[in-house]
Amino acid sequence: MRKLLFESLFRLPFTEQAPSLNDTAVTELAAAVGHAARRRLGRSLSIREVDAGSCNGCELEIHALNNAYYDVERFGLRFVASPRHADVIMVTGPVTKNMREALERTYDAVPNPKWVVAVGDCARDGGCFAGSYAVVGGVSQVVPVDLHIPGCPPSPVTILQGLLALLDRTAKSAAST
Amino acid sequence: MPSLIDLMLEGRKVQQHGPWPRAIVDASVWTFAASELAHGRWSLLGLWGEPSMVHMSIMDEHTAEIATISLDCPDHSYPSVSKYHPPALRLERTVRDLFGLSAEGLPDTRPWLDHNRWGVRFPLGNRTIALPKASPYAFLPVEGDSLHQIAVGPVHAGIIEPGHFRFTASGETVVRLEQRLGYTHKGIEGLMTGANLERAAQLAGRVSGDSTVAYAFAFSRAAEAALELVVPDRAVWLRALVAELERLANHLGDIGAICNDASFALMHALCSVLRESVLRASHTAFGHRLMRDIVVPGGVTRDLDDEGKKAIQATLDNIRRRFPALVELYDNTASLQDRTVDTGVLKPALAKQYAAGGYVGRASGRSFDARRTLAYPPYDSLRFDVPVLNDGDVNARVWIRVREVEQSLLLIDQILDRLPEGPLGTHAGHRRETREGMAIVEGFRGDVLVWLRLRDGRVERCHMRDPSWFQWPLLEAAIEGNIVADFPLCNKSFNCSYSGQDI
Repeated sequence: MRKLLFESLFRLPFTEQAPSLNDTAVTELAAAVGHAARRRLGRSLSIREVDAGSCNGCELEIHALNNAYYDVERFGLRFVASPRHADVIMVTGPVTKNMREALERTYDAVPNPKWVVAVGDCARDGGCFAGSYAVVGGVSQVVPVDLHIPGCPPSPVTILQGLLALLDRTAKSAAST
Repeated sequence: MPSLIDLMLEGRKVQQHGPWPRAIVDASVWTFAASELAHGRWSLLGLWGEPSMVHMSIMDEHTAEIATISLDCPDHSYPSVSKYHPPALRLERTVRDLFGLSAEGLPDTRPWLDHNRWGVRFPLGNRTIALPKASPYAFLPVEGDSLHQIAVGPVHAGIIEPGHFRFTASGETVVRLEQRLGYTHKGIEGLMTGANLERAAQLAGRVSGDSTVAYAFAFSRAAEAALELVVPDRAVWLRALVAELERLANHLGDIGAICNDASFALMHALCSVLRESVLRASHTAFGHRLMRDIVVPGGVTRDLDDEGKKAIQATLDNIRRRFPALVELYDNTASLQDRTVDTGVLKPALAKQYAAGGYVGRASGRSFDARRTLAYPPYDSLRFDVPVLNDGDVNARVWIRVREVEQSLLLIDQILDRLPEGPLGTHAGHRRETREGMAIVEGFRGDVLVWLRLRDGRVERCHMRDPSWFQWPLLEAAIEGNIVADFPLCNKSFNCSYSGQDI
């Protein structure tokens, strides 16, 4: 372990530059959160992740946000264990009927102001699972969604761009009030 | 002792079912097979339903023979297999939930996937309206002095899939763990019905995100077996390449995550970097980090160019350079070993009884790997070892993963060296008649089974069985007598799929 720690003193960090916010996709994302509840949060955001029936693909990429390349904590983004600690709930999956109540209860447990970010194509409208007897079909059918990040699954950079847009928008609106 | 072939001769053989035989049998043969399973002479590969028929797939591990037997159940009942052979229990509860077929003598009649929230009962059989009000799920009783219960989930504290765990503990020691799953049930087999091959392959690739290649591979092979398609060589080899990249990424992630559950974050950080490098190489080579929708019936959708090949080779070099130091770190850190050695022991007898696949089985003495035992191409012409250990603890499951990482590196080398030129696919054509096929493919977690029936170019019935079906119940057994704080370690070392078992 000493050797590995020693090496890390000399090696360049794995962490990469923050993705640019100037893409058109991000502008669209930022516009989508225009109606979100607003309050100064600084540059700190606690996220409670809820898998509402995904295939786990989105979770793998959300996990990747914590690896040394993306290192989301440097942006003040933090994944927390309890909805009581969260500003944002990040929801994946087409929302199965068996998970509907758990999602509602998690949402209710998050203090105001709160935002909901739906991640992945099936979180928008059920994606390829739409129409099944076991699926509600989209996160917005159950809780109000402030931002949708598309992809199957979205890459960590896409998720990061979405979250930064959310933060940026929140910070701007807080400054103007 | 009769062989599986004798069993087939007892029944009426189904035509156009490949590559292994299927026969329609009567109840006495069905029950006989159940008792042979119970005596450990055969292994249960799967049990699934149709509106008025049940199927059971069986393997003889000594000869690697596989057969499927089917029983008509016009009165919607059949003799229970789990009455004799417990590994069938959750499968039979599921057949009841989805098709309304009841197993006579079923030892546990509680629903499994059906939480009474679908608004309909028996959604894939003769649908009826849902029960008026769901009664609370009756967890198994635990009695004794000073016992307390800990309820966890379905929403967990980490970024993981939903499921419910009910622990009963005496002080810190777990007396019983009972799982309740089904939260991610999406009705995929229902969506499959009537789908064309393209959509069905897409759905198969979304059963379990970490095994998207394995599922697409298994589905495609089953469809090709049904249609008697010959896949071009280059596609066959590229399939193995994406399958090994998927295995590599998942094992690297898991090794770090298991250590992280023992609060050894350094290992997690360094393994995550290696995992990420595999995903990036996959993206460069195949245009998708998890390699979704690459394997399709008839072949593959993306070719490997020089840039992709270089990216993969650079990643392999990087892993070869860095991984041995991590293995050494794991091996030499006493505080970490203190948590993993002798923790969550799965006894070899149980692994055998449940025909546990993947690292769960191989860490408990069960030497089964579909790549070698069933030797589907191109693995029949590749050199690799299947590591097996007997300790059955968390440590053994970590070591199996370590060894499999090394084997996957060797396999990818061979594939890149010998990748043949040629077309990437063959057209499925159009067959009006009914044809059936089955395939078993080794995913990173174990053997994925797909059985399907095609008619007029569409899926009439498709069943997909995740390896987790036979691993989840074993986690309940392995945790017993451990402390509550070691549950994350045990759980992560099994790393069963929720979405795959909930389907």
